[in-house]
Amino acid sequence: MPRFTPKVVTANALIEGDVIYLAADDSWTRDLARAEVIEDEAIAQMRLLDAQRQAGQVVGAYLADVIPGARGPQPAHFREDFRRKGPSNYAHGKQEARKQEDTANV
Amino acid sequence: MYDYNEFDRAFLAERNAQFRAQVARRIDGSLTEDEFKPLRLMNGLYLQLHAYMLRVAIPYGTLNSAQMRQLALLAEKWDKGYGHFTTRQNIQYNWPKLSDVPDMLDALAEVGLHAIQTSGNTIRNVTADHFAGAAADELADPRPVAELIRQWSTDHPEFQFLPRKFKIAVTGSPNDRAVTRAHDIGLRMVERDGETGFEVIVGGGLGRTPMIGQVIRDFLPRADLLPYLEAIVSVYNLLGRRDNKYKARIKITVHENGIDTIRDLVEERFATLRTAFNGADQALLAQIEPQFAPPAFAARDTHPHDIAYQNDPVFRSWADTNLTAHRRADHAIVSISLKAHGATPGDATAGQMRLMADLAARYAYDELRISHEQNVILPHVARADLPALHAALKSAGLATANIGLISDIIACPGMDYCALATARSIPVAQEIATHFDALKLEHDIGPLKIKISGCINACGHHHVGHIGILGLDRAGVENYQITLGGDGTEDAVIGERAGPGFAAEDLLPAIERLIRTYLDLREGREETFLDAYRRLGLAPFKAALYPEARDRHAA
Repeated sequence: MPRFTPKVVTANALIEGDVIYLAADDSWTRDLARAEVIEDEAIAQMRLLDAQRQAGQVVGAYLADVIPGARGPQPAHFREDFRRKGPSNYAHGKQEARKQEDTANV
Repeated sequence: MYDYNEFDRAFLAERNAQFRAQVARRIDGSLTEDEFKPLRLMNGLYLQLHAYMLRVAIPYGTLNSAQMRQLALLAEKWDKGYGHFTTRQNIQYNWPKLSDVPDMLDALAEVGLHAIQTSGNTIRNVTADHFAGAAADELADPRPVAELIRQWSTDHPEFQFLPRKFKIAVTGSPNDRAVTRAHDIGLRMVERDGETGFEVIVGGGLGRTPMIGQVIRDFLPRADLLPYLEAIVSVYNLLGRRDNKYKARIKITVHENGIDTIRDLVEERFATLRTAFNGADQALLAQIEPQFAPPAFAARDTHPHDIAYQNDPVFRSWADTNLTAHRRADHAIVSISLKAHGATPGDATAGQMRLMADLAARYAYDELRISHEQNVILPHVARADLPALHAALKSAGLATANIGLISDIIACPGMDYCALATARSIPVAQEIATHFDALKLEHDIGPLKIKISGCINACGHHHVGHIGILGLDRAGVENYQITLGGDGTEDAVIGERAGPGFAAEDLLPAIERLIRTYLDLREGREETFLDAYRRLGLAPFKAALYPEARDRHAA
C-alpha cells in the first residue's frame, strides 16, 4: 500500500481572502510552519470536516500535501509554495507581512 | 462616450445595493459559500490564490479621464496601489477585502462603471477595436453598437445561465485588432452596395480546444444586429452542452452540429425575433450614436512634431513604434506601453493612471482606450502635442518604445495570482523583455508578438501569438510549451506546437535560439518573424529549438 502523504488543512480567510492553515488547537494561522501536520488519512478527513464547518471564517478548505521538516512542514507542490509566500512579481501578500514583522523585530 | 441616463444609474444603484446585502448576509452567516459564490461571480468577484480579485468591465475598452481617475482611486484606497489591465479590456484588482467590495462598486457607479457579468456563464464585457473612432482604416466607429450590445446583454433575463461564458467582439476596420475570429461571436463591419452591415463570425475561441470562428452570415444589415445576436445566443442556450464544462462553449456546439445546421436554426429563430424587436433597439441606437460623435478636432500645424522627430532620437524611436495613423493627418493615435522592460505586463500604478487621465484631458479630447494587448491608448492626439506628451510620459516610466515588438508581451496573471493557473506567466514575460533589451536586439528583430498563458484556458492568447508560450505543470514542475506561427488578425491562424515543453530555466535560451534562427534566415529587415515562418515552415525553427534531436539524426 502506498504510504500516506502528510497533509495540512488549508483555506482562504473569508474577509481578506488570505491563505490560512488549520492549527492543532483549531485556530487558523497564516503561517504554514504553525499548521497541524496530519499523518493519517482518517484524521485528515475528519480535520477537513472540522474546517468546513467553520464556513463563517473560511472559504474553500482542502487538504494539501506537505513534507515534514525541522523548520515545520514544507509545501510538496510549487502551487502551495506560491500560496505560502505570495506572488513573485511584487513583495505583496505574506512576504509583505513578513517583511514588516522583520522590520518591527529589529 | 456614453453617458449613463437616469435608468442606467437607478439600475446600477439597485444592483449594487442588492450585492451589498448579499455580502452582508455572507459575512453574518446567512448565506453559505455555495449560495454566495454565483452571486459574487455575477458581480465580478473571484477568490484567487492569495486574495479576492475584482474584475471591472471597461466596455469596448473606452474610458474618459474621470473614469481613469476613479480606477486610480480604487487602486489606492482599497488595493495595493495598482491595477492590472487584461486581454478582455477589463481591469483587475488583486487584493480587495470582501467587506470593501460594495464600497468599491459604489465608487465605480459614480463614474458609470461596473463589474456586472465579468464572470459567470453570461455574456461578458463586449470588446472592440482599441483604435475605434480614430483609425484611418475604419469604415465606422463600432462603439455605438458595442454599447447597444452592452445594454441588451446586461441582466438579459434569458441569458443569465448559459451553458458557459459567452464573449462578443466587434471591429469597424478591415484590419482586425479585436481578435474577432477567436470569440464566441465576432462582428466585422463590412460594406455592401453602399450599405454598412456586419460579417457575423461564430464559434471561435482559444482555451483547451482552440478554434477559428466560422462565418454564419456574410452580410447582416445593421438594423438586424440585435435580433440576430439574440437568435444565435438563444439557439446556443438550448443546444449547447451542459453535461461537460469542457464541451460547453459555442465553438463545440458549432463543431458538433456543423455550421449549416446552426445557421438554419439561427435563421429560423431570427425570423420570429426580428418582428418581435419592432424597432425599439434602433430607437435606442439612435439615442446612443450622437454620444460617440467624433470630438471637435482642432486643425493644428504639425511643425513641433516634425522638429522633434528630426532632432530627438529618443522621441523618434518612440514615434516609430508607438504611433498609428489617425484618420486626420494632423493627429496620431498614441499607444502608451504598459510593458516597460521587466515590468508586469498590463499593470499600472495609481500614479500612472492619474497621469494618463491628466494627459488624456489635456491632449486627447478626454478619451482613453484599453487594448486587449494590455496597453493604454490615447486615440486622438494632435501631432503638434506629441513632443510634450512624450516628455510627460517619460517622467512616469510610460514612454517605452516597444509597441508590437518582442517585449510588448501579452501575459495572463498566471500562478502568481490565478487559482486556475498551472504555471507562472509574469516572470517569463519579465525575463524575455529584459533579456532582449539587454542584447539591444529588440528593434532589429522588429514586429513580433509573444503571448503567454499560465494554463490551457489561454487568457494570454498563446494560440494566436507569433510565438505562443503555454505554462503547464509536468509532474510537479513548471514546464513551458512553445507554439509558432499563430496570428490573431483578420487572417487568424492557430499556432503550431513545436514539440516537447521546456523547463523554466531552459525556456529563455530556447526563445533566443528561435530568434537568432529567424535573424539568420530572414530575407531582410522587412521580412517579419511571422512572414519568415510562413515562408520557411516549422522545420528550421524546430531544429533550433531542439538541437539535440538534430544532432542525433546527424550521428
